[in-house]
Amino acid sequence: MPDLQLRDVLAAVLALSLNVYVLLGGADFGGGVWDLLASGPRRARQREVIAHAIGPIWEANHVWLILAIVLTFSCFPPVYARLGIVLHIPLTLMLVGIVLRGSAFTFRTYDSQHDATQRRWGRIFSSASLITPILLGISIGAVASGRVGEELGASFAGRFVQPWLTPFCLSVGVLALTLFAFLAAVFLTLETRDRELSDDFRRRALGAGVAVFFASALVLLLSHSTAPLVRNGLMTSSWAVPLHLATGISAVAVLAALWFRWYRLARIAVGLQVSLIFWGWAIAQYPFLLPPNYTVENSAAATSTLRLILFALVLGGIILLPSLWYLFQVFKTVPADPAVTQTDPHTPPFR
Amino acid sequence: MSDLLAARSQMAVSLGFHIIFAVVGIGMPALMVIAERRWQKTGDAVHLDLAKRWAKGTAILFAVGAVSGTVLSFELGLLWPRFMDLAGGIIGMPFSLEGFAFFTEAIFLGIYLYGWDRISPRAHLWAGIAVAVSGAASGIFVVTANSWMNSPTGFSMVGGRPVNVDPIAAMLNPMAFQQTLHMTLAAYAATGFAVAGIHAFLLLFDQTNAFHRRALTAALVLGGPAAVLQPISGDLSARSVAARQPVKLAAMEAHFETEASAPLILGGFPDANRGETRYAIRIPYGLSLLAFHDPHAVVRGLNEFPRENWPNIPIVHAAFQIMVALGSYLALVSLWAGWMRLRRRDLTSSRLLLRAIAVGAPLGFLAIEAGWTVTEVGRQPWIINGVLRTADAVTPMPGLIVPFLLFTLLYCFLGGIVAWLLYAQIIRSPKSSEWSRVYSPGALRRA
Repeated sequence: MPDLQLRDVLAAVLALSLNVYVLLGGADFGGGVWDLLASGPRRARQREVIAHAIGPIWEANHVWLILAIVLTFSCFPPVYARLGIVLHIPLTLMLVGIVLRGSAFTFRTYDSQHDATQRRWGRIFSSASLITPILLGISIGAVASGRVGEELGASFAGRFVQPWLTPFCLSVGVLALTLFAFLAAVFLTLETRDRELSDDFRRRALGAGVAVFFASALVLLLSHSTAPLVRNGLMTSSWAVPLHLATGISAVAVLAALWFRWYRLARIAVGLQVSLIFWGWAIAQYPFLLPPNYTVENSAAATSTLRLILFALVLGGIILLPSLWYLFQVFKTVPADPAVTQTDPHTPPFR
Repeated sequence: MSDLLAARSQMAVSLGFHIIFAVVGIGMPALMVIAERRWQKTGDAVHLDLAKRWAKGTAILFAVGAVSGTVLSFELGLLWPRFMDLAGGIIGMPFSLEGFAFFTEAIFLGIYLYGWDRISPRAHLWAGIAVAVSGAASGIFVVTANSWMNSPTGFSMVGGRPVNVDPIAAMLNPMAFQQTLHMTLAAYAATGFAVAGIHAFLLLFDQTNAFHRRALTAALVLGGPAAVLQPISGDLSARSVAARQPVKLAAMEAHFETEASAPLILGGFPDANRGETRYAIRIPYGLSLLAFHDPHAVVRGLNEFPRENWPNIPIVHAAFQIMVALGSYLALVSLWAGWMRLRRRDLTSSRLLLRAIAVGAPLGFLAIEAGWTVTEVGRQPWIINGVLRTADAVTPMPGLIVPFLLFTLLYCFLGGIVAWLLYAQIIRSPKSSEWSRVYSPGALRRA
């Protein structure tokens, strides 16, 4: 049945774009967290490294979220409508966070370099980086626990608050935050040539790795009563053991690589670890998009639409992937270390 | 305030805010590329400074555009879930293509802004061109989706659900060409005039400043032709509205009675209850000529349509007149500047022309806001013309005044900051003595 495959392919692409957003956009949010938590004698330089790492790529990284949104409403319109209704409050707050994070970061880059001004924008940027991942995690938690897709209560709270304000959703929010901070710290070890700075981020990465472990354990514990579908998938299905094994191995690999300062290996392993956690959720939930009532099958758009969207994805990919490769080639093969590239591209020579 | 009105207001604020930044994202990259190309050809360091300053402005505006655009992509579902449920599968195609175009724009803007030292000058210029092209493309795709709301095609409704969905037909809807052309030209005209106007204003005080003179020329090269072509494109748009949305046309023109040889109504106060427009200037045959290119054509008036299908007549009529007046002003000033250029006269020799251009700085953007008011308010009470009413599309979520106020405050705050930053960091100009001391042409061309 070719139709079945088509909508499943698109659901997989949707999950993939969310996965990439979690890796790249997530690391940008994590960067903001480390900006907030910058400390020690090299505090100012930590912030510089973070700003230089995020600067050229955050807007492009951010588009993966837009891609996921567009795929949701094009290919699975009822799911998008449902998310908009039930998660109105957390998504609205998340949007405020996204707006403040992005604009404060840019304002900080281009506003006067006085310390007070810089600190003010930095505070907005970093606190928005802290709150937004929690809200994203809460929304994912609400989906995973099946509270978005099920029949809603009649009261305002029952319809618009209770589906997402649960201990489980909050724990997923915390997990998202720790994962993003973990990703960012590991990536940042490679963004500077200064050994002391690398070590600062290495220590942070090791700490965040431990936090990820506890947050994951908490999520798993709470999923027992509140997200049975995902819990069952993660506990009893045939792929559960290999998945946990692979996740565990990559987690150990990240920590070991950090310990021995093999940062390039750590970068790959952490990407793998976070992706495995993400796909664990996605596969456990399949074929449901919003359990228990919205499946890939019953919410897919017309086949003619799906076919064209897939065509557009291929076409877009042909333009996009080489461009992305070029972007990362230009900025991520050599550390964008402020100490190394002396000139600020935006400062006209007479200033 | 009802929830429906709050939702509409929030959408209006979000769109009205975002469109400024979206338009700048289309126009400014073209300006950066023009300046950088001039620098590479002539070695004139002033052009390099222009390119860098404009790039800096673009970076600030693009970032705000990117995040406010994200807000919109969510708001479609947060405020109008039933619309997206019905339309998502039909107009997903242009939105997906827009996603890719925007993606390309973001990637190459990152390369352009931060890559001055990291890639070759040729690659850098091409990165700028990629930003300009993908910026224009993403605008075109989004407007295509909007034109579908005005002239929905590519599906049929059976039992309240769309069937026989043909996304290509939806994308190539009958108003897509007219609307995208009008919007793209508007983007170039508005950005070009905003930049030209700022530099014309500064030239009034510092007439010999080569920085501003070159900026003025480059900006007019972009904005002038677009402003001159815009009335022609407007005529195409108006005729497609006449054919597809007769109620909207009648509201734009405050035209109540169906008549042949209809006059064009300028100004005046439309009174929906009395069904007449008072204190207006009437140009005989004008409306028939404009709408159908025939002085005796019959133009259908509002009274022919049920009252519940009328939009808010005074708002649509006023917004339409404002748009036309401002657009005409920019077109005339462009012709004037072009005429000066043709006679090889220095543009800065006429202080009157400089003043006229300076006055034009905000007008393109005001015309765009007015034009979108015509498009959106003029389509009411429909969200999809003739298919779905706005009132039936709104979310069941109560208390929508809260997010409306939240986003209004947020956008006022951001707008203020952006205006301040542009002033303090970019527009405040170097005096000619300042840059000529530091620059020596050629020294800055990197090997």
